[in-house]
Amino acid sequence: MADHDLLENDEPLLVATSLSKSFGRIAACRDVSFSLYPGEVLAIVGESGSGKSTLLQLLSGQLAASAGHVSYRMRDGVARDLATLGEAERRFLFRTDWGFVHQDPAQGLRMAVSAGANVGERLMAVGWNHYGRIRDTASDWLTRVEIDVARIDDAPRTYSGGMRQRLQIARNLVTEPRLVFMDEPTGGLDVSVQARLLDLLRSLVAELNLAVIIVTHDLAVARLLSHRVMVMKGGRVIETGLTDQVLDDPREPYTQLLVSSILPP
Amino acid sequence: MTAMIDVTDAKKTFTMHLQGGIELPVVSGVTFQVNPGECVVLSGPSGVGKSSILKMIFGNYRCDSGRIGIRHRGALIDLASAEPRQVLNVRRSTIGYVSQFLRAVPRVATIDVVAEPLIVNGVSRADAQARAGELLQRLNIPARLWQLPPATFSGGEQQRVNIARGFISDLPILLLDEPTASLDAANRAVVVELVAEKKRQGVAMVAIVHDDEIRHLIADRIVDVTSFAAAA
Repeated sequence: MADHDLLENDEPLLVATSLSKSFGRIAACRDVSFSLYPGEVLAIVGESGSGKSTLLQLLSGQLAASAGHVSYRMRDGVARDLATLGEAERRFLFRTDWGFVHQDPAQGLRMAVSAGANVGERLMAVGWNHYGRIRDTASDWLTRVEIDVARIDDAPRTYSGGMRQRLQIARNLVTEPRLVFMDEPTGGLDVSVQARLLDLLRSLVAELNLAVIIVTHDLAVARLLSHRVMVMKGGRVIETGLTDQVLDDPREPYTQLLVSSILPP
Repeated sequence: MTAMIDVTDAKKTFTMHLQGGIELPVVSGVTFQVNPGECVVLSGPSGVGKSSILKMIFGNYRCDSGRIGIRHRGALIDLASAEPRQVLNVRRSTIGYVSQFLRAVPRVATIDVVAEPLIVNGVSRADAQARAGELLQRLNIPARLWQLPPATFSGGEQQRVNIARGFISDLPILLLDEPTASLDAANRAVVVELVAEKKRQGVAMVAIVHDDEIRHLIADRIVDVTSFAAAA
């Protein structure tokens, strides 16, 4: 029970305050504010051009904001403004505490080196140097993401789309990050492959108590994976709340349009 | 007696933007309390807003105005104005909800669907599954079905899985939307028994029941929702 009191009193992991980004006269992202807590999954939904991918880039410090701040609570408990992190600090964050799952797995993998190396080099980057243990951990993770361990020495070039995506997930999770960003992780996959991937993500997120910010245009993905949803249109967050609130009781015209456009289960 | 649920002047209107912005008032002035160990049944004709009120108490529907007072960990909070995170905490440790129709994550085995509320609260998977099995057995869902996802079950079977999931934890508040609607006499009797047990444990319950016989058996008080029907 004490654990749950802790849950109710803990500090946010990531806080965005009035985050904005303009490209010349185009306001891609306007005035976005929210707090994300450990273990929470937040879905950012919207159609193409809504600003959701730009927002993800801002939140993961890959794009500098035109206005506003993002702060992240580091492992030592100190909240740091991402804009104040040095390049080396940012890269370290990406290698340890954060994960980023790209829509196209080729962007998040080294396609020409073995699966084992893809997972193993993340461990080496944080100081692991015992070959046997690295290989065992990599094998373990391949199994967890349901990739046949016999494929550990094959390059992801030889993998199917679904397998590549699962390998990307393993590569990101092996360093036990606290926050994972995902950009349309199931985009372009066949329906049955999508379903399997979503089930995997769902169980890993719960098991590892991951905080996740996932960008998706697919409300069904949001319903399956997320606790909270932010709906974006024209660069602004037009509605936000618990996933079941926003999908069952949509208030804004655009949200109602989105919800009515999905096929009933 | 300090109430577990204290709804004051709650109001809900739907604005249908896709249909030219027509406003559908659902309920207004909803006011009632529920104490530990009692079962309040919401009555009224179909469409009057009974399920909507339950969803407002659960935080699934947002209120236009009014208070949804919930006694959560000893303190009275207003769910209508609570942060999303707080609503999630309240659902995890204070309010359980048995919806009218089962909504379960697809492709998850029945035993895991039922065990989940316990696992989320720290109970070991083995213990949680054992308790889930006991409840499913009582509700006449045979063990050979436990490894199957409930999506292919009959309506009555799905509802019994839903009930098992709602009754498995020791939450002090339970919301029940037509728990016996799709059930045969034998299973209706099981649900009545389960409700009686929860009352003895001091759980505060709000239920919607169309069946007069069941209503007589479980209701301590009846709240007529017709009196909260919003003016058109």
